Amino acid sequence: MYTKKVLKHFQNPHNYGRMRNSDGIGKVGNLVCGDIMWLYIRIGKNTKKQEIIKDIKFETFGCVAAIATSSAITDLAKGKTIKEALKISKEKIINTLGGLPPIKVHCSVLAADALIEAIYDYLKKNKRDIPRDLEKKHQILQKEKEIISAKYKDWVETEEKMHSHEQ
Amino acid sequence: MIKKTKRIYLDCAATTPVDPRVLKFMLPYFSRKFGNTVSLHSFGREVGEVLENSRQIISRAIGAQSKEIIFTSSATESNNLAIRGVALANKNKGNHIIVSSIEHDCVLNSARWLKDRGFELTELKVDKFGLINPEDVRKAIQLNTILVSVMHANNEIGTIEPIAEIGRICREKNIYFHTDAAQTFGKIAIDVNRMNIDLLTASSHKMYGPKGTACLYLREGIKITPLMCGGGHENGKRPSTVNVPAIVGFAKATELCLKEMKQEGDKQSKLRDKLIKTVLKIIPEVRLNGHPTKRLPNNVNFQFSFIEGEALLMRLDQYGFAVSTGSACSSRRLEASHVLLACNVKPEEAHGSLRITIGRFTKESDINRLLNILPKIVNDLRSVSPFKLKD
Repeated sequence: MYTKKVLKHFQNPHNYGRMRNSDGIGKVGNLVCGDIMWLYIRIGKNTKKQEIIKDIKFETFGCVAAIATSSAITDLAKGKTIKEALKISKEKIINTLGGLPPIKVHCSVLAADALIEAIYDYLKKNKRDIPRDLEKKHQILQKEKEIISAKYKDWVETEEKMHSHEQ
Repeated sequence: MIKKTKRIYLDCAATTPVDPRVLKFMLPYFSRKFGNTVSLHSFGREVGEVLENSRQIISRAIGAQSKEIIFTSSATESNNLAIRGVALANKNKGNHIIVSSIEHDCVLNSARWLKDRGFELTELKVDKFGLINPEDVRKAIQLNTILVSVMHANNEIGTIEPIAEIGRICREKNIYFHTDAAQTFGKIAIDVNRMNIDLLTASSHKMYGPKGTACLYLREGIKITPLMCGGGHENGKRPSTVNVPAIVGFAKATELCLKEMKQEGDKQSKLRDKLIKTVLKIIPEVRLNGHPTKRLPNNVNFQFSFIEGEALLMRLDQYGFAVSTGSACSSRRLEASHVLLACNVKPEEAHGSLRITIGRFTKESDINRLLNILPKIVNDLRSVSPFKLKD
């Protein structure tokens, strides 16, 4: 059911764990569906003075595919400029994993969304201009989150409670 | 990469291996004794006789008459035949059916199939242990109720239902009572008369018999509509050439189970209790799903906070352990188990459930190995999760 590459990432995930003093955090997914992904990024500069993703880490609650896609996107994003990182698509993630079962494709969407949200968080915090596409995507993701929050109020509160993340 | 160590099978509720003693008994019926049971010549007669012997062995195991046993291809088929067959044949009496909300999909979906075709359906709630309250059955019975179906023990959480009490209520009210005993036949003593059971499903491959055969006990005098049109096999109630080698194996497996029931039950419940007690003690934030005592001797179902069941299953697989999350059939689905949700387990918690089912060939050393590796695996996955233990 899973490819060798998926299992390899799952068995030995790259770049997992919490990042202290990150520059941006992307939080996506929900407990009701059973997948939660948190992506932390630290921004640096390359030799051309462009901003790049210098370091990236993830924390994921979820199935084999959720953990593998999280690990895969950290590999894909590390060292990329912000502009390049925003272009990482779910197809790209699926390809690097040698494919995903159809029922698990949503995990790759989640990983791509988490990166978008982390970059958005960084730009927003630093009062930068936010590309129109990015703003639009962020709005859509926020709206989805609100719909789910309203529908499953109790469960979202549980999620908050379960988390002991230092602010 | 981790070196593949010895494989340890702890998923006996999904299926079991055929006992070597059973296999040996089956072999002649594939080649030398291959006749069709309804043929009049000697080839047919010799297997016809064997088929009736097998039927007798299985009927005696539940205190039934041999003519009350219908052989089918699977427990799914038996359950379909019981629910849909009885409902369709008895719709002149009424059109209301009662099932529990934690039945196997084949019972639930048979009942819902009937609902889509004009039948009325009540799905009974369970308590947090997965137990049906017999009084709820009494309250749900209406004038037009024709059939009640409550499983003997649940396949995911192992809870044993009070079927004798439910049977008594149904008999009082003159309503047919069916129980799906796929997980209990051969493991827990059953007497259809003492327990007032009118229909019972038993499966071969859950008790060291071969796959491809099962049976339905149908109390004499109850009308049933066959699922298939065909010839006269199984008294016309289940047409199809009879799978003699499998049925012979089913009967042999039944014999062995009856003979070893007490000793197997004791051995397995001891291992079960050791596993439950130790895990609850050495791993933080774990709960036991299902009932603490009214439980199948071979079933353990844990709920680990902060991590997801499939990930846990695949990490254990890496170390050679075969287990399951909820029901084996659910592993290609995304929704949390309907059984755990019915027990009021929250969806996010239901995602972290793990079923471990032991069997005849499980050794204490297998359980010890699991107990050695499980805390590390849970810890590893928790270190990947955004949710953490509170310090």
